Amino acid sequence: MSTTIKVNGGDLAIDGVPIHTTVLDWLRDRGLTGAKEGCAEGECGACSILVARPGIDSPTEWTAVNACLLPVGSLDGQEVITSEGLGSSSALHPVQQEVAVRGGSQCGFCTPGFVCSMAAEYYRPDRTPTAGEPCDHEHGPNGFDLHALSGNLCRCTGYRPLRDAAYALGDPATDDVLAARRSSPPPPPAPTKLAVAGAEFHRPAALDAVLGLLTERPDAQIVAGSTDVGVEVNLRGVRAPLVIAVDRLDELREFDFGPDEVRIGAALTLSEIERLLAGRVPLLAQMFPQFASRLIRNGATIGGNLGTASPIGDAPPALLALEASLVLASRRGERVVALADYFTGYRETLKAPDELIRAVLIPLPLAPLSAFHKIAKRRFDDISSVAVGYSVEVVDGFVSRARIGLGGVAATPLRARATEEALTGRPWTERTVREAAAVMATEGTPMDDHRASASYRSAMLGQSLLRFYAQHLEVEGVSA
Amino acid sequence: MSSLSERPQQAVVGLPLPHESAALHVTGEALYTDDLVGRTRDVLHAWPVQSPHAHAQITALRVKPAYDVPGVVLALTADDVPGINDAGVKHDEPLFPTEVMFHGHAICWVLGETLEAARLGAAAVEVEYEQLPSIVTVREAIAAGNFQGTGRHLDHGDVETALAGAAHLFRGEFEFAGQEHFYLETHASLAQVDEAGQIFVQSSTQHPSETQEIVAHVLGLASHAVTVQCLRMGGAFGGKEMQPHGFAAIAALGATLTGRPVRLRLNRTQDVTMSGKRHGFHTEWRAGFDDDGHLVALDATLTADGGWSLDLSEPVLARAMCHIDNAYWIPNVRVDGRIAKTNKTSQTAFRGFGGPQGMLVVEELLGRCAPLLGYDAMELRRRNLYQSHHATPYGQPVRHAERLEACWSEVLQSAEVEHRQAEIERFNANHPHTKRAVAMTPVKFGISFNLTAFNQAGALVHVYKDGSVLINHGGTEMGQGLHTKMLQVAATTLGVPLERVRLAPTRTDKVPNTSATAASSGADLNGAAIKNACEQIRERLAQVAGGRLGISARDVRITDGSLHGLSSTSESLRWEEVVHDAYHQRVQLWAAGFYRTEGLHWDPVAMLGEPFKYFAYGVAASEVEVDGFTGAYTLRRVDIVHDVGDSLSPLIDLGQIEGGFVQGAGWLTLEDLRWDESDGPNRGRLATQAASTYKLPSFSEMPEVFNVRLLEKAHEDGAVYGSKAVGEPPLMLAFSVREALRQAAAAFGPAGTSVELPLPATPEAVYWALDQARSSVPVKHLEAVGSSGG
Repeated sequence: MSTTIKVNGGDLAIDGVPIHTTVLDWLRDRGLTGAKEGCAEGECGACSILVARPGIDSPTEWTAVNACLLPVGSLDGQEVITSEGLGSSSALHPVQQEVAVRGGSQCGFCTPGFVCSMAAEYYRPDRTPTAGEPCDHEHGPNGFDLHALSGNLCRCTGYRPLRDAAYALGDPATDDVLAARRSSPPPPPAPTKLAVAGAEFHRPAALDAVLGLLTERPDAQIVAGSTDVGVEVNLRGVRAPLVIAVDRLDELREFDFGPDEVRIGAALTLSEIERLLAGRVPLLAQMFPQFASRLIRNGATIGGNLGTASPIGDAPPALLALEASLVLASRRGERVVALADYFTGYRETLKAPDELIRAVLIPLPLAPLSAFHKIAKRRFDDISSVAVGYSVEVVDGFVSRARIGLGGVAATPLRARATEEALTGRPWTERTVREAAAVMATEGTPMDDHRASASYRSAMLGQSLLRFYAQHLEVEGVSA
Repeated sequence: MSSLSERPQQAVVGLPLPHESAALHVTGEALYTDDLVGRTRDVLHAWPVQSPHAHAQITALRVKPAYDVPGVVLALTADDVPGINDAGVKHDEPLFPTEVMFHGHAICWVLGETLEAARLGAAAVEVEYEQLPSIVTVREAIAAGNFQGTGRHLDHGDVETALAGAAHLFRGEFEFAGQEHFYLETHASLAQVDEAGQIFVQSSTQHPSETQEIVAHVLGLASHAVTVQCLRMGGAFGGKEMQPHGFAAIAALGATLTGRPVRLRLNRTQDVTMSGKRHGFHTEWRAGFDDDGHLVALDATLTADGGWSLDLSEPVLARAMCHIDNAYWIPNVRVDGRIAKTNKTSQTAFRGFGGPQGMLVVEELLGRCAPLLGYDAMELRRRNLYQSHHATPYGQPVRHAERLEACWSEVLQSAEVEHRQAEIERFNANHPHTKRAVAMTPVKFGISFNLTAFNQAGALVHVYKDGSVLINHGGTEMGQGLHTKMLQVAATTLGVPLERVRLAPTRTDKVPNTSATAASSGADLNGAAIKNACEQIRERLAQVAGGRLGISARDVRITDGSLHGLSSTSESLRWEEVVHDAYHQRVQLWAAGFYRTEGLHWDPVAMLGEPFKYFAYGVAASEVEVDGFTGAYTLRRVDIVHDVGDSLSPLIDLGQIEGGFVQGAGWLTLEDLRWDESDGPNRGRLATQAASTYKLPSFSEMPEVFNVRLLEKAHEDGAVYGSKAVGEPPLMLAFSVREALRQAAAAFGPAGTSVELPLPATPEAVYWALDQARSSVPVKHLEAVGSSGG
């Protein structure tokens, strides 16, 4: 039986395609050249396509992803829609129609990707019109969340007509086949085993099989959303001999909001977690919109973000402040390690080569004061110069607990222990905060690079605490 | 009113139409050069070997190991070049160098059956280098006296006397980086050889004729043996004016040697590390003001960072010098210009073409000096605007200078600027950690190529027997909507419905010897050429129709596909019947059109003359909000009134204004080219060589409120259907964003604070600026000692 991907309603075979071929290149080789390569690292969104994914508000959700980052084997058995599948020039899709007539395309190169990202938001089951005026500058009266387009870059239009097109969209018609498709489940993950020219791609059906492979093959590369690995493949020519896909394993997709802790499966995407938590962890709710782009969050998993252990990842500072821990699984069994102990060096962790992150645990109850501060050049879709997560509790005007996670100021994400100490037990006053801010400005060992200078990073640490205080002044000012 | 600019009744120009390819864009059906690869058989793929050093002699090059990689077909080196081993027109850009001139310089190219094979083959090539001392920054070049090309000198009035007598004297020095074009479509070429040995190159190029010339001279062929076609470009912005030639030549050379189609498409990293960018500049200036805030003199030295080869640096410098006044009358001006030679990519054309760099000087000095002079910056700018009797420092009368005032007043009024200023003052008083500011800046931008010869264009218009029309012209489509406008021009001139007209892709075998689609001149030049061709056909058809209607041909009018006399009740003939008759009467139904811009003259040595057909004007007001904790900011509102003449295509023009503005704001505030200037092993390497490190404006940089109006009653007598060029001028309206940021940063300090704001004004730069303002004490009288900058 041949392995296929259903593209725009028709099955296309992927047999014999080299393992590291991206979905984008594969589509383009088949004449579907609507999706483009603009950057090959998931930054520009010119390659955006729609994939039928398990939904939260409906059985299937059309999810926009970066085709340039996904290995073709990862979509085995799945359903994909490209810009060509949404409509044709003689029968435009409603999204295409709005973009076309409003001047939303100039050179047109980024346009198919924009159209796909916009279509995903058009079909979002819980997109509901706001009554009257848009509530802010990032949401339309039709409920369109502009963050859906945060991973798409346009160099020509200046974006205004694209925004207007997005905000002009109505609801899908009753006979819209893609809207109807949402009411039945997506294809189940296909257990996949591809071997081409000496390289292999495996999607085992169960966690145990993955752990077995990890034990036997230390050279294996785990992928989930492939948002990090895909960049290595495209830009640095990394070609792992064995790629193991884990993004659809049930064991890695648990979610439980219990009385004592939140358990988040490592293979849940950032987008899924955002929806499942629905604001119940305010610190994370602040982080999600600032974490890369919607396109990336639709692929990137929380386990992946911790697995790559980048010092500038956005989740670690938030999770450090939440005192999260990780469940590491291997054939040898499972163990729980505190995230604060997990990072051991630049992109090094306590995780053994045969271990896989299974879940993230966040203890409850949460501290009442929290914030996520991200310092970057650009508000949407940028990498942190500095990121700070806060969980602080103030009782009777005194700081009873302070947990501060930092990113971008050392070789690993870290806790701002000296600052925490400078706050704990002290009155929640400007004086305390100023003194603690001076301590915080000396945390870590920031460096100069193209994102920011070391001195700015240090300054931002101190300023961040002052800003956090200013944000929570009114709430706590009375008791202070 | 000139016949060129006169617009008939029921004109198709002026209608707000979407881009002619919009339906193809949104569905992904529009084809770009690299989309043709999968539709072409047996294509070979090219991959470069790039230098890891900024400056080095190649002492050994061994390509043999590449052939051990399965799938490698050919490694191209200098030995393979039958013609001239050079990719430029200045003969200073060896296609295959023996001396590496910048980090990332392509040394040779490997062709493979697959891109993967070519990549691995290139990795297998062995190169030995002898490293040479490198010059990476423009300051290093100045210190070493390392310049290239011809320096220029512009002198008007008596600068020294005026400065000596000025009531207020300031000086400053600042430096700013260039800008990566970051067209979404990277450089791409696909070359094939036909049975007669003719080379056919599909290239993403703004300048097909020059791509053709370079391909021909590299291959040692005559131009008639090479055809270059450009379907469309996925953005260009000047980056595909000169830079595509060498890549096209490599593909053509590969195709010639292998007999197979060769595709060369750069990935993003290759594109960013190999192709030229906007020029960064170093500038020093002295400026004098009188007691009323009028500029009396400006003395400036501009040093453009040209990179490793000359490319377009000379005309870029000339335009920078000619635009140092922006929209302000300065009676005494002296500008020295020179081009630094550095071990970087060869900097090139980029929307504005030196204009933005020159104008930045005067906007910088006005922004810095206003608080020191005790003026609101908006007032200082307004009182220095050109008036209609003024001339520029190079002697060109500022025709229609009153439009500056018109734009200014309209922005002031429609954007309720004064009311908002008062609101902002109240807001700032109540928000210690957040400050807002609104700034207004004008633009005056000269339209025409500085080099007079480039101001010509050709077109080819066919009317087929069934009455359908096919037009072809020398301009290229890069997203700017040129083809849309050209269809509208043809439909208007012929008097037929838009649907009757189609446009064929730009090809050098249809219209020869074309100029680059650049300098915002695409619609002016090609539109006039198309109009000329259509008029020839229209006149012939009028003869035919006049004969049938029994009236003089002079009295025949064509509107909406019908030919009739002057009276509305007169008999009319359908376009199709007249065309049919014309064919049978053996009347020529096609025509070649030509246009050259009249009235231009320019002495490049004296820097005197009238190099521009006209000026485009505009004014923008931008409001920002700055966070005092981080320096992060939002662009709350932008209002623009811009002069596009009588618009050929208002929706297209609106898109150009908005897009240009955001691109300009990107350059000024966000886009951060960082070269490794250290003495480490990566010296000269571009640190920001990917979308993840070089940040373009995204949705978050779009103004929250964005109001753009076209100046009304703005007929331009000298241009096609009364329109004006629009591609470049709006980019410079973005100065208002930087000036608003400067003012918001100043608002953290005491009144009268003059803020130094580096470029780009990233959140970090704004933070340091506001931090300095916050900790500064009021300074009242710096001017006498004259140090406001650097």
